Amino acid sequence: MERKARRRLSKKSYYASRIKKVARLLFYRRHTLPGAKGWELRRRVGSDYPKIIKLLDEYLGKIGLKVKVVFEEANPPENPTLEQYDKARFYVTLREDLTTDEAKLVGWRIDDLAALCASIAYIISKGGKAQRKELEKLLENKIPGWRVDINLNRFVRLGYLMEDDNEQMYLGWRARAEVDQKKLIDLLLETETKTSV
Amino acid sequence: MAREKRKAIREARDELRRIIELCKSVEAKSLDPYVVDVEDLIKVIREYFPSWRNIEDLCLDTEALSHIASIVKMQSDWVKHRATTLYRDPFLIEEKIRSLPMEELAEIFLGSWRPIVELEQLTIGSLRGALKYWSDLLPLSERWRKTGYVKSEPQMVTREEMIKEGVLSGEAFTAELEKMWRELKEAASKRGKIRYWDFIGSDTYEETVRRAYLTSFLVTYGYARLEIHHLKEEIFILPNDKPSPKEENIESISFPIPISFEEWKRWKEKRGEG
Repeated sequence: MERKARRRLSKKSYYASRIKKVARLLFYRRHTLPGAKGWELRRRVGSDYPKIIKLLDEYLGKIGLKVKVVFEEANPPENPTLEQYDKARFYVTLREDLTTDEAKLVGWRIDDLAALCASIAYIISKGGKAQRKELEKLLENKIPGWRVDINLNRFVRLGYLMEDDNEQMYLGWRARAEVDQKKLIDLLLETETKTSV
Repeated sequence: MAREKRKAIREARDELRRIIELCKSVEAKSLDPYVVDVEDLIKVIREYFPSWRNIEDLCLDTEALSHIASIVKMQSDWVKHRATTLYRDPFLIEEKIRSLPMEELAEIFLGSWRPIVELEQLTIGSLRGALKYWSDLLPLSERWRKTGYVKSEPQMVTREEMIKEGVLSGEAFTAELEKMWRELKEAASKRGKIRYWDFIGSDTYEETVRRAYLTSFLVTYGYARLEIHHLKEEIFILPNDKPSPKEENIESISFPIPISFEEWKRWKEKRGEG
């Protein structure tokens, strides 16, 4: 009985120490991008890291955070293999929506958020890429021209958008990690339905 | 007749160039790939193919085909995108973005946005480490003096000058060579060979030059031989069990290996990383 309890305790401390390690890896930025790749986690805590991630996710859930897994594949796999996990990137994100007031607290103006929303939605609607000029034209409809340029450059710098040499804009790594693209499009459509009714 | 043929070929070339331009503009502007009638273009290319005689024309033909292949890929991606749950009519979305007020757009975004959470924090441990690093760090003037060097044109050097500069010791030259040979045999005992730079490289540039100098004699006098992998740009040195005399019917070649200061620094940094 006592041996069983001791074994349970050592298992608990084993996972507790690994959860701590993974939390540090995900919270503190070591490279240009935040978070960590699956293979990095495997190297630090062993091949059962998906289980440790699940435990950490449950723990973070209590304080409104979650571990977000961004797979390399455009469509996330339903039952990912260890190889797919290894190639994926893991981040800690908020679990619930931010309110407008909270968004201001994290340093975003409402019109900048609206411009980001319009840019991401427009690129998604165009199948993942759009000409910068077209995007500028769309944003200039509601934002002064000088601000459009600043905004687009800022979105690129933060990783929400990417731009190639042909001035084509794509969704960046941060948009993939932070934005639920399907939900964004659905919300946009719903809102239009509501306003048109 | 010949003039007419030349004219027809010129026109065919222009046609291929037009096809390439059309495909390029669709690719660059991400236009609807279905505006290109692939079947029609292939028909044109097939029609002109028998008239191509020189390499330039065949290259043009291949380039046109390659661009058409890109368009086919774009068409496939387009169909795939339309089949996903994410697909909505772009005009509808654009119209909606234009018509909704800024506040509402921001609200919508907040409903689908989960920003990444990161921490930035200093700990007592990292502060202590940083402080130690700072106090151990030499002033720039000293660090730069340590690695500074004067670049000059390569020149011949005699053994006497090397002794005078302290690169070589006054020991009997063959004794020094044999010492190096023993070192090489020991270093290459595991794999039978060792990377050239790993053998000659040392903590100081002067010592590296000294070792390279002696190693060149090891090879010349048959104590060792070089194995050069041109493709991988790797040089290995292999010790011989006993000095092998130069064979008369085998032509010997000179193989210069630059031992530059930059190369030495690169090797040292790489070794530090390892």
